[in-house]
Amino acid sequence: MTQLTEAKPNNGFWAQLRRLPRAWIGAGLVAVVALAAVLAPLISPADPLKQFREGLTQTGTPLPPGGQFPLGTDHLGRDIMSRTLYGAQISLTVSFVANMTAAAFGTLVGLLAGYYGGVIDTLLMRLTDVLLAFPAILLALGLGSVLRPSVTTVLIILTFITWPALARLVRSQVLVVRERAFVESARCVGARDWYIIIRHILPQVITVTVVWATLSFANAVLIESSLSFLGVGVPLPTASWGNMIAEGQSRYRIAPWMILVPTVAILITTLGFNLLGDAVRDALDPRTSQRM
Amino acid sequence: MWVVTAYFLRRLVGAVGVIFGVATITFVMVFLMPGDAARMYAGPRAPEETVQRIRVLWGLDQPLPVQYVRYLGRAIQLDFGESTRDKRPVLRAVIERLPATVQLAVAGLFVELLIGVPLGILAATRPGSWVDQLATVLALIGISLPQFALGLVALYMFGFVIPIFPLGGFGTPLHLVLPAIVLGLGGTAFYSRVLRNSILEVMGEDYVRTARAKGLSPKMVMIRHVLRNALMPVVTLAGLDLALLLGGVVVIEAVFGWPGIGLQAWTAIRNQDTPMIMGTVLFASIAVVFLNLFVDMLYIALDPRVRLTAEG
Repeated sequence: MTQLTEAKPNNGFWAQLRRLPRAWIGAGLVAVVALAAVLAPLISPADPLKQFREGLTQTGTPLPPGGQFPLGTDHLGRDIMSRTLYGAQISLTVSFVANMTAAAFGTLVGLLAGYYGGVIDTLLMRLTDVLLAFPAILLALGLGSVLRPSVTTVLIILTFITWPALARLVRSQVLVVRERAFVESARCVGARDWYIIIRHILPQVITVTVVWATLSFANAVLIESSLSFLGVGVPLPTASWGNMIAEGQSRYRIAPWMILVPTVAILITTLGFNLLGDAVRDALDPRTSQRM
Repeated sequence: MWVVTAYFLRRLVGAVGVIFGVATITFVMVFLMPGDAARMYAGPRAPEETVQRIRVLWGLDQPLPVQYVRYLGRAIQLDFGESTRDKRPVLRAVIERLPATVQLAVAGLFVELLIGVPLGILAATRPGSWVDQLATVLALIGISLPQFALGLVALYMFGFVIPIFPLGGFGTPLHLVLPAIVLGLGGTAFYSRVLRNSILEVMGEDYVRTARAKGLSPKMVMIRHVLRNALMPVVTLAGLDLALLLGGVVVIEAVFGWPGIGLQAWTAIRNQDTPMIMGTVLFASIAVVFLNLFVDMLYIALDPRVRLTAEG
């Protein structure tokens, strides 16, 4: 039976990927951010929470970049470079975990709905209809007001608002794969449903999940930072790029670096993942490179 | 025509179903909300009997299923309750703020199309050229930009360093420029890509070849035959996008102090004003559902080729 499952559509995936400059640039940017996050405790000039007395001017305003504080200080005299580096840890971890959870959940729902059809399909798809009808950030605000602000809350919100789109995507793929001859043969020789789903259908739809996960990572970073900016995300004093920008919002005229530094950090991350995701999509399916 | 009517009715039933689901989820969220809504409404120093009277008035003493049915009944009449903050009906507060949000969303959409459409045409007429490459890169940068941060940077650059525009707020057309551009910039890139691919697809059609064969200039072929058809997906997307923009302006409104429903919801969060938040969420979702329905029907009206099957 296993012979029937041999389906390797992406033989030249890595070769394809290596040929795209976007992949290299994207991977490079992602690597920089990932290293910054991992090495934050080693390369940070200071404790991200420490409020330096010498980190403020005589009049109590933040210090511009230079000297002891390479990227300046914030309104409490904390080192912005250290906060940005530690912020990378939070932003990347939250986005990664939420993205993986949403990917797993969305794929599972898509598999079940597409494979079984009927009532299960109807119920699950109506649920995604409902969730997709909510404007994402507003739904996040609503959830944020129900749950107490914490990293876990951000995880739940992010997962909650991102999985439905993937579930629909996976389902549409399953509907196609389900009708293929090898699935029918497997059913004929008496394979159980879960066996067919895992061994025969999942391998065919997993590329959809991979592309989605890579592309939606950037989106997760953006939503996380937006939520933290709006105050329903990562709570202070833990540094996240979003809440750093929120703290800089009322002070950008005297200390523009308070918003510029985390903004650039976000941009590097999202651009890196979008470039990489775009390249992964093209490498997996060369046909899409001409189209969207 | 009856096919269209039947399709419309079926979609309408679907829309009502979705709204029912949306209301159910907001009800669950309100129910899970920490704290006592009646106490919040009455204020911390109100005597217990007052709070109890509000509870009875709102039916909070009733069993959960009864509360749920009442909630749905009120939602159908667009009664989203009263703000615990200023004791006004939520619906009235939302409707008051709605024009500002619509204004911003429409302006954002305008920016998207104003830049996106020419860029898409340029990229499609020279596929593979540096213009096309540049458009691709811009598209990626566009979707990578954190809007709220971009908004603050824009305020700093063009409101403070080079003081052309006001530092946030609402009123004159000048107030609208920066938030609209920041809101629209991300979508700009997206539209240029969609239009580019759509144009390239239409260029391969027989009727385009015919038009060229009979000696029309490339410009005329583009305007008369290609664009007219290639703009279809853009129109659909623009409609759907308007719905997205309506709900997504929260962040922009927060940055620019734009007095729309997003800013109001955000303020409500900080005041723990649950009816206001949930009312806004419910209202926006209902608006999105009906906008989507409207766009679908518009699509059918614009393109007679769209065949309505039993699948719908």
